Amino acid sequence: MPGQEVVSWLRTRFFPHIWCPGCGHGIIMHSLLRALVTLDKKQSETVIASGIGCSSRMAGYIDACTVHTTHGRSLGFATGIKLAKPELTVIDVMGDGDCSAIGGNHFIHACRRNIDITAIVMNNNIYGMTGGQASPTTPVGSMATTTPYGAIDPSFDICKLAEGAGASYVARTSIANPKQAEQYIMKGIQKKGFSVIEVLTHCHTTFGRRNNRKTPIDNVNFFKANTVPLSKAKDMCEEDLVGKIVIGEFVDKDVPEYTAQYLSLIERVRG
Amino acid sequence: MSRREIISGNWAFAEAMRQINPDVVAAYPITPSTDIPMKFSEFVADGKVDTNFVTVESEHSAITACVTAAAAGARVMTASSANGVGLMHEIFPIAGFFRSPIVFGLVNRSLGAPINIHCDHSDSMGERDAGWIHLYCEDAQEAYDTAVMAVRLAEHDNILTPVFVCQDGFITSHGFEPVEMLDDETVKRFVGERNARYPLLDVKNPVTYGSFASTEYYFEIKRQQVEAMENALKLYDGVAREYEAVSGRYYPMLDAYRTEDAEFVVVVMSSAAGVVKDVVDELRDKGVKAGCLRIRMFRPFPFDGVAKALSHAKAIAVLDRSLSLGGTAPVVSEVRSALYRASALIPVQSYVFGLGGRDFFPQNARDIFTDLEKGQIVGEERYIGLLE
Repeated sequence: MPGQEVVSWLRTRFFPHIWCPGCGHGIIMHSLLRALVTLDKKQSETVIASGIGCSSRMAGYIDACTVHTTHGRSLGFATGIKLAKPELTVIDVMGDGDCSAIGGNHFIHACRRNIDITAIVMNNNIYGMTGGQASPTTPVGSMATTTPYGAIDPSFDICKLAEGAGASYVARTSIANPKQAEQYIMKGIQKKGFSVIEVLTHCHTTFGRRNNRKTPIDNVNFFKANTVPLSKAKDMCEEDLVGKIVIGEFVDKDVPEYTAQYLSLIERVRG
Repeated sequence: MSRREIISGNWAFAEAMRQINPDVVAAYPITPSTDIPMKFSEFVADGKVDTNFVTVESEHSAITACVTAAAAGARVMTASSANGVGLMHEIFPIAGFFRSPIVFGLVNRSLGAPINIHCDHSDSMGERDAGWIHLYCEDAQEAYDTAVMAVRLAEHDNILTPVFVCQDGFITSHGFEPVEMLDDETVKRFVGERNARYPLLDVKNPVTYGSFASTEYYFEIKRQQVEAMENALKLYDGVAREYEAVSGRYYPMLDAYRTEDAEFVVVVMSSAAGVVKDVVDELRDKGVKAGCLRIRMFRPFPFDGVAKALSHAKAIAVLDRSLSLGGTAPVVSEVRSALYRASALIPVQSYVFGLGGRDFFPQNARDIFTDLEKGQIVGEERYIGLLE
């Protein structure tokens, strides 16, 4: 059961939530709330922005300053909020479709600007809400309603994408490691810059049942068996890493943050 | 041999797509139209169509791919709803101008915010000036039949204009009902092969699309689109009659139900017409001269037909399933315009109903007819079923 402090961050009047029983999104929301409580954040100074999809309903359930926007555009809305009031803690919760398909453009540019927003990408490898269409993170060979004989499109590595585009903190874990998710989210919030925490989760309803991971526990077991910590992966050969997903912190660097740069520009121009 | 199956509006549209066998379908999922490309993707995967099916990364990309594929000479179809339609807004006028004859399954859903997945017409009405033909269907059967007819209409050399085939989200798209479908061969013969006049990929006769048109040319090009719409109005019935010959079903641009001598007429579009027609029958039994005019073709708007169908009316109610905030709702403004053009100054009451999927009941229709009978016509629009 969540602690009382965590519960105080929930709009329980909106429960029961819309997520399927056993959905991984709840684990991620709990991790995020524990991180916020541990960091002693105030609800009135914390913004949760979301786009469209199952993951985006999180903004409705968290009792903070929340905005539920359009598909793929939440980072645009979040950018406006952060620029208007940089002292706010701005968190953007999104799914893999939201982040890497329709919102891919906003995602890479938020990384490039390095604006102080924490993006939590809930990657379940599928468009869950619309019934299980292949997304840009659907692994090659996986079944989806739009790929009934297996996906052939190469999938995105969201962390590599974020790293390449310039994010200052990039980490990946899975819902099988909720404590690690909490720690990464905490570090992401504390990082002055754009942070991406990809949390591998599952949609057993639309992805799992087509890909031999029917139950929530099948998925937790899958993540346990197929994720490899970065520290261990470094000593593994390419062959051994086939089919494995590397988790850990990929980027943790200090580079100039956008709103700070922006404010200093104003100061400089005004003299 | 035609066959009858119990299927949804979405599946009916997808089934029509299978039989039409378009060259290209590019789509992106959004409730409640997702079913259409999803069902169609099964046909692709099972080798039942020869279509290049492209699952792109947004609605914007979907319609963009459709426009150029159609310009290249392909037969193209897609589907979307609500904010997906909204995201395509930039590209719709380009499709219209490129004369890309796309047939588009538009499953009507309210345009957020607030987010709502249910039916109203705010999505398609936002595109009413985009240079597309708009056809609104009452039920799944009509969605199927209209999809097939729309190919001929869109690709007609004197029209060459994309077509929205609209059906009501969830009410029609997800409701299962008996639908009679033609056999594959009949559809194939009816739609024929697309014979593009100026295909982009005819490398021996190079053409350019979308080049810069400055003040000297722009206006004239738009005038050509006006002409295409006028042609659509003239040529529509021929296509509908040809379709009747193969299917036994005739769909005029205006579905005038017991309006010949009607004194009180409700004008409405799409699925809500069923409820109104039932109430018309009820009132006719009681001796009230009631009628229903369902507008099937909204673009181009059949002004003369509307004025003619309403010519006997003493009072008219027009039901809009969308708002024009700060202005006049789309359907009523066209109906008033049609009456004015015909110098028929009949009192018209505007009603807005069903926003965000709010139910529309027979009692609502009865109340509207009562307003008309009592002559309760006011200048402002009225709202059906609004809690206030």
